[in-house]
Amino acid sequence: MPKSMGAVKQAIPAEIGGGTDLAMAERVATAQAVAGRKILPIVEGVVLVAALVAPLLLQDYLTVFATRVIILALFALSFDLVWGYAGIMSFGQALFFGSAGYGVALLARDFDITNIFLVLPAGTLIGLTFALLLGGFLLLGRHPSSVIFVSLGTLTGSYAADRLARGWYYLGGQNGIPSIAPMTAGAYEFSEGPAFYYLVLGILVVVYLLCRFLVRSQFGLALAGLRENEQRIAFFGYKAQHLKAIIFAIGGAIAGLAGSLYAFHEGFVWPNMVGVVVSTQVVLYVLFGGSGTLIGAVIGTVIVEGVSFWLSDNYRDIWPIILGLLLLLVILFRPLGLISFVLGERERVGSFGAKEKRNAAP
Amino acid sequence: MPLLEAAGISKIFGKLTALDGAALTVGENEFHGLIGPNGSGKSTLMKCIAGAEVPTQGKVSFVNTDITAFTPTERARAGMSLKFQITSVLPSLTLYDNILLALQAQSSLLDLVFSRTRGALHDQVMTMLTQFRLADRAFDAAAALSHGQQQWLEIAMALAGKPKLLLLDEPTGGMSLEERRVTGELLQPIKQHCSLVIVEHDLDFIRDICDRLTVLDQGKVLASGTVPEIQANPSVQEIYLRRA
Repeated sequence: MPKSMGAVKQAIPAEIGGGTDLAMAERVATAQAVAGRKILPIVEGVVLVAALVAPLLLQDYLTVFATRVIILALFALSFDLVWGYAGIMSFGQALFFGSAGYGVALLARDFDITNIFLVLPAGTLIGLTFALLLGGFLLLGRHPSSVIFVSLGTLTGSYAADRLARGWYYLGGQNGIPSIAPMTAGAYEFSEGPAFYYLVLGILVVVYLLCRFLVRSQFGLALAGLRENEQRIAFFGYKAQHLKAIIFAIGGAIAGLAGSLYAFHEGFVWPNMVGVVVSTQVVLYVLFGGSGTLIGAVIGTVIVEGVSFWLSDNYRDIWPIILGLLLLLVILFRPLGLISFVLGERERVGSFGAKEKRNAAP
Repeated sequence: MPLLEAAGISKIFGKLTALDGAALTVGENEFHGLIGPNGSGKSTLMKCIAGAEVPTQGKVSFVNTDITAFTPTERARAGMSLKFQITSVLPSLTLYDNILLALQAQSSLLDLVFSRTRGALHDQVMTMLTQFRLADRAFDAAAALSHGQQQWLEIAMALAGKPKLLLLDEPTGGMSLEERRVTGELLQPIKQHCSLVIVEHDLDFIRDICDRLTVLDQGKVLASGTVPEIQANPSVQEIYLRRA
């Protein structure tokens, strides 16, 4: 139903243009495209302002909670790139998040390396490497791999890592690695609180802007093609599998960055962090908020985590059931996520030749 | 030397022999029609040439290169382009972006990431859209187009990469008479730089635009030649009479 409504709206400028006056039609279409592009920046701005003032309004223990949510939002971005933008169903995104967490925990425990300028790049690199290995195996066959193969492959990878971590004494087995030393910058130690919060918020904003640049570029257009019809774009001459492996690796790197921040913020890592539970959690954040929009991933994380936090405080016994029902309702009635309440289909997909449109219109 | 030469192509699906030693030769700037009754193997032969299916036997040469084992991507990069039977434009993208997507297929990764070819390709996008009478809809979603217009968009996309050979599988399927006529007009100019293989049920349409025809029946080539030759061929007349 909403789709046909959109079709009607979109047919209007063509009639105004009359099919002959091309410049006029272009101007109308441009005006519409520009007008239609306004909601997203507003949502982004509101979220950013809310995130900036949050620690001033929240009690200390809530700032700690908010920091954790921001880190998880960074993790959600990684999944959104891979699934929401490239259509690769990764059910094992926690593998990259958790392996980086374990990696930096080992650096801190065994080598006393806690310098932020070493551990964060190291975590990113670990996520990237694991994603390259797994992605290379799952995505780079001579023929395109099926969705089922990729989703089961990533799921298995994550499950196997979970079992491995549980059974491996060096990694602390079931208990994981506790009491990780704080992350440092020279003599400064990052402990839980506003400083850590603004650090991760700054990182989130930078990564968000990089992702935004990427998904709105011509590369983003290729990703949209990949998501909608992989076979079709291979027939154009795209190396579709390479594109998938690249975006999968970028997603792995971002998940690794998030995982290393998480390890230092929580002060410990444990097997769940690489496992299926966390892998599924990130899927829910993104579906809840709205996949295929970067801000949807952030909003989804904040809401799912916020609601869980509040419910678990107020409905000690039945809160998981309430949360489950809420998630189910959203998936059933808003398959494009909460963001679709304010964001139309056209703006969600976006335009990739937009700048040229404006220049071309006299 | 012909542009495309497919020889001895067989394709067996389980117990079904879809193609049994079929052959097709297309010269430069030639419009070649592929006709035959339903189930004669026209679409399968197209798919074997385009790389969507791997032939059980036989060899496909394109511009003097054996491309039998090439993937679709490699074939596209060699200058071959396919328009699918079922329209597969990307419905949620604008027409403009659909064409841009096709045009930028061979841009390097860095060019794509930094959008370096976007400006340079703008004029080409608008030229393609104008050529296919879609310019006034440039910034509508492709889903909003009529079926015929989607077919044109798809042909425009298939031509965007300046292929040497374009494979069209039933381009006028589901089109009105007027739309068929326009499609014929739209295809004429591309003859200057591109050959065409076209599978089509509408024999009038085929007769109007093709130079040569190949008739398939039960996976084999029944006849191949110029349009008047084929029209005069008694066995071709027979299978079409039989069908009627």
